[in-house]
Amino acid sequence: MARSSIDTVTGRACVLRGDDIDTDRIIPARFMKVVSFDSVGEHAFEDDRLAAKGNHPLDDDRYAGARILVVGKNFGCGSSREHAPQALMRFGFDAFIGASFAEIFAGNCTALGLVCATLPESDLEALMGSVELDPEQEVALDVTARTVRSRAGTVACEIPDGTRQQLLEGTWDATGMLLEGADDVARTAESLPYVGGFAGS
Amino acid sequence: MGNTPRNLFDKVWEAHRVRELPSGQTQLFIGTHLVHEVTSPQAFAMLRERDLPVRFPGRTFATVDHIIPTDSQVRPLSDELAEAMMTELERNCREHGIELFDAASGSQGIVHVIGPEQGITLPGSTIACGDSHTSTHGAFGAIAFGIGTSQVRDVLATQTLAMSRLKVRRIETTGARGPGVYAKDVTLAIIRQLGVNGGVGYAYEYAGPVLDAMTLEERMTVCNMSIEGGARCGYVNPDETTYEYLRGRPYAPQGEAFERAVEWWRGIASEPGAHYDDRVEVDAAKIAPSVTWGINPGQNIGVDEKVPKINDTPDEERASVAEALEYMELKAGEPIAGTPIDVAFIGSCTNGRISDLREAARVAQKGQVPSGVRALVVPGSARVAREAEAEGLHEVFRAHGFQWREPGCSMCLAMDPDKLQGRGICASSSNRNFKGRQGSPTGRTLLMSPAMVAAAAIHGKVVDVRELL
Repeated sequence: MARSSIDTVTGRACVLRGDDIDTDRIIPARFMKVVSFDSVGEHAFEDDRLAAKGNHPLDDDRYAGARILVVGKNFGCGSSREHAPQALMRFGFDAFIGASFAEIFAGNCTALGLVCATLPESDLEALMGSVELDPEQEVALDVTARTVRSRAGTVACEIPDGTRQQLLEGTWDATGMLLEGADDVARTAESLPYVGGFAGS
Repeated sequence: MGNTPRNLFDKVWEAHRVRELPSGQTQLFIGTHLVHEVTSPQAFAMLRERDLPVRFPGRTFATVDHIIPTDSQVRPLSDELAEAMMTELERNCREHGIELFDAASGSQGIVHVIGPEQGITLPGSTIACGDSHTSTHGAFGAIAFGIGTSQVRDVLATQTLAMSRLKVRRIETTGARGPGVYAKDVTLAIIRQLGVNGGVGYAYEYAGPVLDAMTLEERMTVCNMSIEGGARCGYVNPDETTYEYLRGRPYAPQGEAFERAVEWWRGIASEPGAHYDDRVEVDAAKIAPSVTWGINPGQNIGVDEKVPKINDTPDEERASVAEALEYMELKAGEPIAGTPIDVAFIGSCTNGRISDLREAARVAQKGQVPSGVRALVVPGSARVAREAEAEGLHEVFRAHGFQWREPGCSMCLAMDPDKLQGRGICASSSNRNFKGRQGSPTGRTLLMSPAMVAAAAIHGKVVDVRELL
């Protein structure tokens, strides 16, 4: 599926503090009893938001319309559910900037064309502080240059090379690319003795 | 094979490498694809939209575990949403010629229990599943990891994934495990030592005399929770224990093919002198039966320890500790032993196997579940249930106040009717103590071994299982 390239994500940001925020919190399991992803956006962080009684960053009017979610360490840990990035994408986020991301979550984001960028902790803290003081400012995540620009300044961020290339080339939906290797796949399958049931030669 | 000694991860990676992709990632062949009802329907829908077939239906196996009720599995399921998901999975399997281990097949169960017990999980293979606990299969020396639904689509369509190579950390566990210290305690101790995000970017190779001496089922418990330490996969090198476990399993190679398989499996194991990106040692002699006190699996202590105080924790952990203490409402500085419980849950892909049920039953028979405590025993598969029933374990549990249920994921993530209520506290043999994990948005989870859960069940509070052995 040819999709356009993602070279920058620009817009308002929303700060969600806290480390080790797991995917059960992003989308509680009871909302996964569905055969499509259509409804998951409505339930992003549902239980945390109920517990916060209107004081959750996702319910804060100052962050309304934010495209970038700024998070802490190990964001998206736990369950592999793609429902988590799907929920955040459908809520309106196109990118995440944090100290670190859980691996499966980051992989799921890439598969959807969502950007995960990491910052050193001091730069992240400066970004969070700046956005909290002035949520209306424009934050720009530049995938090509690997930088984050905000009123706190422009700082270098990390996006893994392979992911960056997929985003820039519009090849984050990997199926097409993987299908092109069909002959090589058949060869690899044949070379693995367990695929043939360890039949004698 | 070259002369440089290599570890298992590197060998399996090389053997399954299809080609390098323009993105710099590797296209990796997936030997076995396991599918369940919750993370697959959207993937099948995407195949349908693109008019793509399943590339290797014979290397794809499905089961129903997350949403299936554990009181009655008779169709149609009373929960209409669950029934719809079940029907969707059946349709997808039928259309694409995928074998489905459903209740009527007599082989249904949690995906990470049935793969091993059927002999589908093999050493040296790659295994993917839309479930983070796929790391369980690493116990056989497989490279097994969880994927999201878009990647499930990729594997269905191509039997491959675009992956970046992981680093490998060898975790050597030495020392003597004391009585009452189970595989669950070893894995909790590892996560406590290395942190819940310590494994990001790594595959864990679990090794050392403690792992060598473990049964395959114990190794599965350890590998299962790799992801709780941030490691997408964890494995143990295959050895005689592995081969003996696999011999005669329905889908394992049989007869002479099995002997050829063993030869290949021996060659896939890590070699002495192999390179590792990191090495860590864990002393099993220092591990006590463990209990979580917080909201992630790394927040655990020995049952003889006290709930940490904010002032005694390192600066960078204080915010997390404060958040956990506030949510759990446990008293900082007080012993975790004695914490009253409302529910006891024995089961899950971490600890729902026959050896787990035997250990739990051994403890359960020393007392009676008090009124006011609800205790559930949920076997990991129909096969585990039959084995337990043949040994009379179900009668032991029932006689001592536990409910004996049908197989499924049940209260590990509460997608079926088994849920915590309100602020209830659950002593649980599962893998996650996240906020709201067990079905009540404000419910609380204390992770521990199945024997510790049984002990907590009959006392109505957290107790040291060593006093009952």
